[in-house]
Amino acid sequence: MMATVIIVLAAVFAPWLAPHTPFDADSVNLGDAFTPPVWAAEGMRTYILGTDGQGRDMLSALMFGSRTSLLVGLAVVLISATTGVALGLSCAYFGGLLDSFIMRAADVQLTFPSILIALLVDGLTRAALPREMHDAMALYVVIASLSLANWVQYARIVRGAAMVELRKDYVEAAHVTGASARAIMFGHVLPNVVSPVLVIGTLGLALAMINEATLSYLGVGMPITQPSLGTLIRNGNDFLFSGEWWIAIFPGALLVVMVLAINLLGDWARRVLNPRLR
Amino acid sequence: MGAPHPLLEVRGLARHFDVSERSLRGLFGGQRKFLRAVDGVDFAIGRGTTFGLVGESGCGKSTIAKCVVGLYAPAPRSIRFDGLDVAEQVGPAAKRLKRRIQMVYQDPYSSLNPRWRVRDIIAEPIRVHRLLPEGAPLRQRVADLLHCVGLGEGDGAKFPHEFSGGQRQRIAIARALSSDPEFIVCDEPTSALDVSVQAQILNLMIDLQRQFGLTYLFISHNLAAVAAVSDAVGVMYLGRLVERGPARAVLGQPGHPYTSMLLEAVPDVDGGSRERRAIDGELPNPISPPSGCAFHPRCPHANERCRREQPELLTSAGGTDVACHAIAEGRLSADMLTASRSAATTGTERGWERS
Amino acid sequence: MALLELRRVRVEFPNRWGTLVALDDVSLELAPGEILGVVGESGAGKSMTGAAVMQLLPPPARIAAGEILLEGRRIDDLPAAAMDKIRGRKIGAIFQDPLTSLNPLFTIGDQIEETIRTHLPVGAAEARERALNLLREVGIPAPAQRLSAYPHELSGGMRQRVVIALALCAEPSVIIADEPTTALDVSIQAQVIVLLKRLCRQHGTAVLLITHDMGIIAETADRVAVMYAGRVIEIGPVDGVVRRPCHPYTKGLMAAIPRLHRSEQRLEQIPGAMPSLADIPPGCAFHPRCGIAVENCSRKVPSLHGRGLHRHACALTAEAT
Repeated sequence: MMATVIIVLAAVFAPWLAPHTPFDADSVNLGDAFTPPVWAAEGMRTYILGTDGQGRDMLSALMFGSRTSLLVGLAVVLISATTGVALGLSCAYFGGLLDSFIMRAADVQLTFPSILIALLVDGLTRAALPREMHDAMALYVVIASLSLANWVQYARIVRGAAMVELRKDYVEAAHVTGASARAIMFGHVLPNVVSPVLVIGTLGLALAMINEATLSYLGVGMPITQPSLGTLIRNGNDFLFSGEWWIAIFPGALLVVMVLAINLLGDWARRVLNPRLR
Repeated sequence: MGAPHPLLEVRGLARHFDVSERSLRGLFGGQRKFLRAVDGVDFAIGRGTTFGLVGESGCGKSTIAKCVVGLYAPAPRSIRFDGLDVAEQVGPAAKRLKRRIQMVYQDPYSSLNPRWRVRDIIAEPIRVHRLLPEGAPLRQRVADLLHCVGLGEGDGAKFPHEFSGGQRQRIAIARALSSDPEFIVCDEPTSALDVSVQAQILNLMIDLQRQFGLTYLFISHNLAAVAAVSDAVGVMYLGRLVERGPARAVLGQPGHPYTSMLLEAVPDVDGGSRERRAIDGELPNPISPPSGCAFHPRCPHANERCRREQPELLTSAGGTDVACHAIAEGRLSADMLTASRSAATTGTERGWERS
Repeated sequence: MALLELRRVRVEFPNRWGTLVALDDVSLELAPGEILGVVGESGAGKSMTGAAVMQLLPPPARIAAGEILLEGRRIDDLPAAAMDKIRGRKIGAIFQDPLTSLNPLFTIGDQIEETIRTHLPVGAAEARERALNLLREVGIPAPAQRLSAYPHELSGGMRQRVVIALALCAEPSVIIADEPTTALDVSIQAQVIVLLKRLCRQHGTAVLLITHDMGIIAETADRVAVMYAGRVIEIGPVDGVVRRPCHPYTKGLMAAIPRLHRSEQRLEQIPGAMPSLADIPPGCAFHPRCGIAVENCSRKVPSLHGRGLHRHACALTAEAT
């Protein structure tokens, strides 16, 4: 399973190795459209996994697509984790009204499925932006909406763990010494609460990728000019039952494999980090 | 305790916690309840001496420790350190004060940050107060401190979990020494350690006191450990001092019934199999303490006045300061207390007869 | 005949890197009605001894060698069901923390009555009567009301008294008390110790008193066994061991205990610390810290010898006595 993880991630990091540039309009040959994979009857060597309806090479499309999916996933995790951790630490340290306010906001947000929130944010921004900018800004909009939908779990975990650590003697010792609040939160408490965040983060990556794929599949995510795996699936959906199965199946399979690999990575991370936690 | 002015002076120190019910009922005139953890305590500690504070759980000694190191804001004029009113020190002055007072904790497992290396743990006070620049001077100081407490220079690179309980406590002591303090509060520093390790740590603390002229507030429920290190002792019961005086006097010839009974109750290795008399009753709930003298429900010498009026700490004929009506009125004397204690022991001292 | 006997018991823990020996060649005897103290610092193996007797060793620890006999019959190889019958009925237990020894969801009365009825063939009414008597015996005021109280409604000292009552309710012949007073305040400790001693004398129950507190042993036990790194290094009548210790470790330990009425300032200390299970030195486990150790001490594990009842395991001082 480690091998799967490595292979998949490595493959994604080298999209520069892609044999074609399917999203550069000049290099796409419409005449090559609907070519099946190389092992099928009419397959061509140049297009190992076939082409889609516009003549774009599937293999290259998969590489670029997975890169985009991963990029979105990582960005979402980074932003939501940072926000969540910062809010969680503040709640634990300051307590009182700040704590109540943020936690109630978190509670309210949790009553909505994250997809719904992402759709809401996405829809609002599209309404606000002029049409030409939709495609160009899509990446940022998607990242922003998913991040907003996912900070809560980090905040709660960190708040709980931080509250436990704040009661411990070494924090009190730092107070007695005269360390500042910032030094205590970031120097003392943060290193001790960060392990569960890493575990949630890896799983959150998988979740973010699926969420993004959902958004793209629904048509409100990444456009075809800068597609993610979800967009590719959407693209291939129309042809699924008319014989050109490879256009939808390959991106779908790859998404499944990547998510599975990341889940396994998260499991492994949890196992590795836990025994060290005292 | 005959220095020009004592290093630490505590007068009428009190700390109450609001433990009223937090509910809607509480909002509309429910009963307000206060936990009087510390209810008016006076003592002074001379420079270079050790003051032992003993008592059982709930007596308030840990709360006093937190007040003295500044974790709770003190009321004006209740704590004076080196002549300065602690409550008046704010901002940079308060920080300067923190450099001079440090604390060693009971649990060596939770008092050191498990993710920090030992050298950073020890260096923290130095860095917080910017006493030394980074680099060679700081490294040298950390190495010196490690040597002081009996550890090696190489131990600085390790993590706390690589050390035993006694060694961790040494690291905690090194940290307490690093800002070159004058006053160290020790909150049950040896209670979590084995007997042989306890002896090492107590000896270390005595040596360091001589070497650096330190002043200690030594808090413990272990009367024998307190006897080993203290010059003066205060005995606490439910937030108040019931007896105070030189260690030898308080622990050798106690003047207060509670002190006497506490000493009687301590299992003594030299005591043999005596028919000891245990103190009756339970420790009262600090939220609703008994009226008058808090000890009266358990005291065989209590009278009506004891039930009504809280006794003041007064100098007794025995040489220590005692808060007891019976002693003040002459109904009871230190000799009587000693006599009743030895009556329980003499019967079995010869020949180790079994009860 | 000894009521409880451990013969050369060895307890091992297999782990990733090999096998750790928690108890090594431990032999103890407990006569009926006697209080035997087992004293030692943390890691010495005293709690492990109590756990081995009750077959409550934390897995993967197991008894690798030796025998444990109760009333002449082996109990270390009994199947779990048979051991359950013995636990409680023949051997009672008192553990350190009264808060976790009692089930917080059941009333005191329920717990005592259930234990009585598990081990003794009595009906509900008689069980209740016995429970009331027990609570009275352990000195709990207003026992009838307390029967319907929950553990958290009682103070620490009261809870420990209830635990003692629970240990005694099925009328066992042996009680294993593992640090029964460590979690209690000094004045309550005294009460509990006095109670334990009185009850055991009255009922003729033998006690295996496990503690790190030499003071409690000195006042309560008839005989004491001193443990170090999983071995018994000194055993004998309590005043002999406490007043005239023979083994260098026991001597060091007694000198290190702070006394209330001592004149010198500094305490005597033993250098170093008890070795962890993974690092037990060869030969005599104490030799690295011992002031009189010689070359031979690191080669041969000394066995217990001495005249009469007071024996200790030191090759050097054995000849001197």
